[in-house]
Amino acid sequence: MSTTRKIQTPLTEDVIASLHAGDMVLLSGEVYTARDAAHRRLCEALSQGLPLPIDLATSTIFYAAPSPTPPRRVIGSIGPTTSYRMDAFTPALIEHGLRAMIGKGSRSAQVIESIKKNKAVYFGAIGGIAALTAGRVTKIDLVAYEDLGPEAIRKLSILDLPLVVINDSRGNDLYLSEREKWRTLS
Amino acid sequence: MRRINARKITKAVKTLFIEANTVLGKDVMEALQKALSTEESDTGRQVLQKMIENADIARREKIPICQDTGLAVVFVELGQDVRVTGGPLQEAIEEGVRQAYQDGYLRKSVCDPLTRANTNDNAPSILHMDIVPGNQLRIIAMPKGGGSENMSAARMLTPAAGIEGIKKFVLETVEAAGANPCPPIIVGVGIGGSLEQACILAKKALLRPLDGEHNKDERLARMEDELLKRINALGIGPGGLGGRVTALAVSAEMMPCHIASLPVAVNLQCHVARHKEVII
Ligand code: SF4
Repeated sequence: MSTTRKIQTPLTEDVIASLHAGDMVLLSGEVYTARDAAHRRLCEALSQGLPLPIDLATSTIFYAAPSPTPPRRVIGSIGPTTSYRMDAFTPALIEHGLRAMIGKGSRSAQVIESIKKNKAVYFGAIGGIAALTAGRVTKIDLVAYEDLGPEAIRKLSILDLPLVVINDSRGNDLYLSEREKWRTLS
Repeated sequence: MRRINARKITKAVKTLFIEANTVLGKDVMEALQKALSTEESDTGRQVLQKMIENADIARREKIPICQDTGLAVVFVELGQDVRVTGGPLQEAIEEGVRQAYQDGYLRKSVCDPLTRANTNDNAPSILHMDIVPGNQLRIIAMPKGGGSENMSAARMLTPAAGIEGIKKFVLETVEAAGANPCPPIIVGVGIGGSLEQACILAKKALLRPLDGEHNKDERLARMEDELLKRINALGIGPGGLGGRVTALAVSAEMMPCHIASLPVAVNLQCHVARHKEVII
């Protein structure tokens, strides 16, 4: 594992190309929350040729839905949801420009292939440390699909969100390589 | 007959769900500390440290440990000499869930299975009720996260598969789950009964305190030990980023089953292992 590096959204082609599976990063800038229901809507809009509420090419999507914001706080607790449920939608979003995603858990072979082909990146966040992660969010704004409640698309301003590169633009997969390294079961 | 007012039950359920979602049990905290001392991976140790720090922040600031504040699973043991007054028992519990999720700023994570429209109050709960001797009411609140629940599985094995078949199924389930259920996990195993009873046993197994206690049945105690060792040899590690601690515990519960069957359920629980109980 290399030392932690600070990066900023929107992530440029050069920055994405320089990221390697296993790199620890602190991400700052803006990310958009979108999970199951929002992914379905985004892809429906794409297939109907309708405009999207976010610009995929410059956006980093965070698979997350925060808990409600209590009084006098910026945001409730927030952390990644499991990414494989978005796998059915992800290649279409990547084809239309998406280059950066944050979630937890392994991606499908098709998604990893699409990440490699289009020089994208998938970051892992640690699941279940949502009170800690909330402290890295400085602002939250509703962007679209308010009727989806917690699943609406929200823009988060983040400062130094700790992430690790899971799938880099070369097709490496950190979950697999680490598991192999530590596996002792015969 | 002892009378218990429905309002008292609503209040208890509300308090339990808010507490369960913000204060991680002492046994879980201790198990994470212990994991920190045995984990050999640097990354794994960092992840465990963050989990402990996170639970500290949640408790101090009274905010949810995890943004997924769960499906509201409720176990009730109703003493047969108790009479609930002032409204139906089930409605009192549902109201407690609604109030907890609304007033406690907990995320409402329940929806119609087909339209996916949110019910907007985290009801209905998943209610398991047992009638027991006595004049007390015991309520256990267990907010259950979707990430670990999704990776759980049940299978009707053949009697010929035996205990080796059970172990194989548990290992397969944990290995396929990988990083998804937010390891280090707790593995609940339910053996016997019927399809649904095996699942309920597996879920009840997750309520066992993480103090190293085993099932009293020697065969199960040995299986729990062996499975924990083998699971922790899978290499998945904290956060799925590689390491020695993939599970904190394996707990199994068992009951007799049909001569034709060997039902087995594996219920996975993430490191945010939440359950709180009260006896009224
Ligand atoms: S599996 Fe548990 S820790 Fe992970 S996101 Fe769900 S509730 Fe949180």
